[in-house]
Amino acid sequence: MSSTDVPGRVDLLADGDGSITLRVSGAWTLAHFAAIEQQMQPARRTLGADFRLDLSALSALDTAGAGLLSLLLGPERLCAVIATLPDLVPERRALLGTVGGAVSDILAYTPPGSDGLGFVELLARLGRTSEAIWCQLRALLGFIGLVLETLARTMLHPRRWRITALVAQLEQTTLDALPIVALLSLMVGAVIAFLGATVLSTYGASVFTVDLVSFAFLREFGVLLAAILLAGRTASAFTAQLGAMKSHEEIDALRTIGLDPIEVLVLPRVLALILGLPMLTLISMLAGVLGGAIVCVTVIGIPPAMFLSLFHADTPLSYFWVGMSKAPVLAFLIGIIGCLEGFKVTGSAESVGERTTSSVVQAIFVVIMVDALAALFFMEMGW
Amino acid sequence: MNALSAAPAATTVAPIAVCDLGTRFGAQVVHEHLDLQVSRGEILGVVGGSGTGKSVLLRTIIGLRRPDAGTVRLLGADLHALPSPQRIAIERRIGVLFQDGALFSSLSVADNICVPLLEHTALSARDARRVATLKIALAGLPQDARDKYPSELSGGMRKRAALARALALDPEILFLDEPTSGLDPVTAAGFDHLLRTLRDALGLTVYMNTHDLDSLHAVCDRVAVLADRRVVVCADLATVARYDHPWVQEYFHGPRGRAANVAWATPTPENR
Repeated sequence: MSSTDVPGRVDLLADGDGSITLRVSGAWTLAHFAAIEQQMQPARRTLGADFRLDLSALSALDTAGAGLLSLLLGPERLCAVIATLPDLVPERRALLGTVGGAVSDILAYTPPGSDGLGFVELLARLGRTSEAIWCQLRALLGFIGLVLETLARTMLHPRRWRITALVAQLEQTTLDALPIVALLSLMVGAVIAFLGATVLSTYGASVFTVDLVSFAFLREFGVLLAAILLAGRTASAFTAQLGAMKSHEEIDALRTIGLDPIEVLVLPRVLALILGLPMLTLISMLAGVLGGAIVCVTVIGIPPAMFLSLFHADTPLSYFWVGMSKAPVLAFLIGIIGCLEGFKVTGSAESVGERTTSSVVQAIFVVIMVDALAALFFMEMGW
Repeated sequence: MNALSAAPAATTVAPIAVCDLGTRFGAQVVHEHLDLQVSRGEILGVVGGSGTGKSVLLRTIIGLRRPDAGTVRLLGADLHALPSPQRIAIERRIGVLFQDGALFSSLSVADNICVPLLEHTALSARDARRVATLKIALAGLPQDARDKYPSELSGGMRKRAALARALALDPEILFLDEPTSGLDPVTAAGFDHLLRTLRDALGLTVYMNTHDLDSLHAVCDRVAVLADRRVVVCADLATVARYDHPWVQEYFHGPRGRAANVAWATPTPENR
């Protein structure tokens, strides 16, 4: 065990002539931080104004050790005392001097008082959260207005239509999402048909499984599945894209070049969704009905031709329009939320993550809420 | 200095020894037969044009990149030949200040500095925070910065916070990548001064990539010039400035170089 492994200690030695020597020995390093601090407490309490400092047995010293030493003596006294030690090596003198200065800075600082905890803090937090929700709602409405206004302005100038960006966004948000939307809808369609077959067969009415599948997919599930997938897949992508651009000041750069970020970045994305979601909804409806048909044919034993004729006879065209009419509205909201959250990113990596989560949660929430309200409305209207 | 006495054998070994290093990205050769030695306690400034591979060299030395040819020995050890525990033991003894600070953006300044402390020492969270506070003061940051997040700090303060984190474990070697780039001259001069103080106080060996002529004058003991895929010259500033190489001549005797020469030839309290 080398001498540097011995934890540092401090001893108060009374000399014969009544003077006191403060003997600092061992390794005053980070590794022994807690041990040294505990050991030095008695000396710290009893240390008088008049003493001699002996550092000759000090085997190692680093910044943490120097910090403790200046806590023990007080930074001013440490600086005064080391000046009286002629045989101190220059490096240690410099270290103790520098750390002493730093410690006196720390001691001079009083941290600002923290807010009280408990009930008041709870109320304050509740208030802050409510205010944040209100601000969020206002920001969303404001942003919707801004986008609509920009859209109206751009409509009149065909030269400012950004067709390339629109097509690129259509490819990323719609074409690339086709396989997953189709596959998921197929599976959900099959599951609904299974449920219907199981429940309806107890009444001997399993033939109505066809109606169940067509009602469900044309009115609700086609658009809902596509919209939820889009909310998860595309709203998050929009937030991350715009957030990264925001934190790299790309959006500020656009403004200084005289381009409107809403027109350049938001409109192509939102319009691509408004065009894309109805297409995805159609695919989802077809795939869902196909999934139901597969189960009807293979499990219940309804021949394909009969499935088609029942589907044709029992399903009014208005169901299709009820489902389809929701698609552009939901698409608009998903796009708006994704872009708005992207603009709210403040620069840190954590903020991008936070905003992306928030954008997906909000988008899915809004999709389900609007769909529920629309279902009520259509039902009341008898459509 | 605790490290000096902790490993007396290491004093004879150069802290950084690069021998016959080769680096290539695909067909592009960045370094070829590059040799560089840094001695204990010195501040070495590495200069070179953009794209000469200063940052790549730094990354190779600290073991983030495996050399394509030749050897790199850091504190006497070849990092890539070591098993993981020994490698970590070596990495504990170096501190790195990345170009943009690379502070963890989800943690406050004090928590950033606590990360290495809590990971590599037996300190309690409370003691780690006190040590972190000391490092913050040593790096010249105001005390109210300790609970701020990196995004709330200015560029100069971010560099100081990153320096405080690099110094958390009292490293023997400090690596700095463009420490003064993007700082205003006053802040940059403050940083140079801080670096010299810390080197003297903590006995650091400093390896610094830089473009800043004033930094070279103010703090560097030796300057290495990276050009033609190798270190063309590594010596004190006056010798390097006289070295006969087109880039070196352009660098030290172009308009900016001349201005810095004149400024530092006149004695001021700062450069004495």
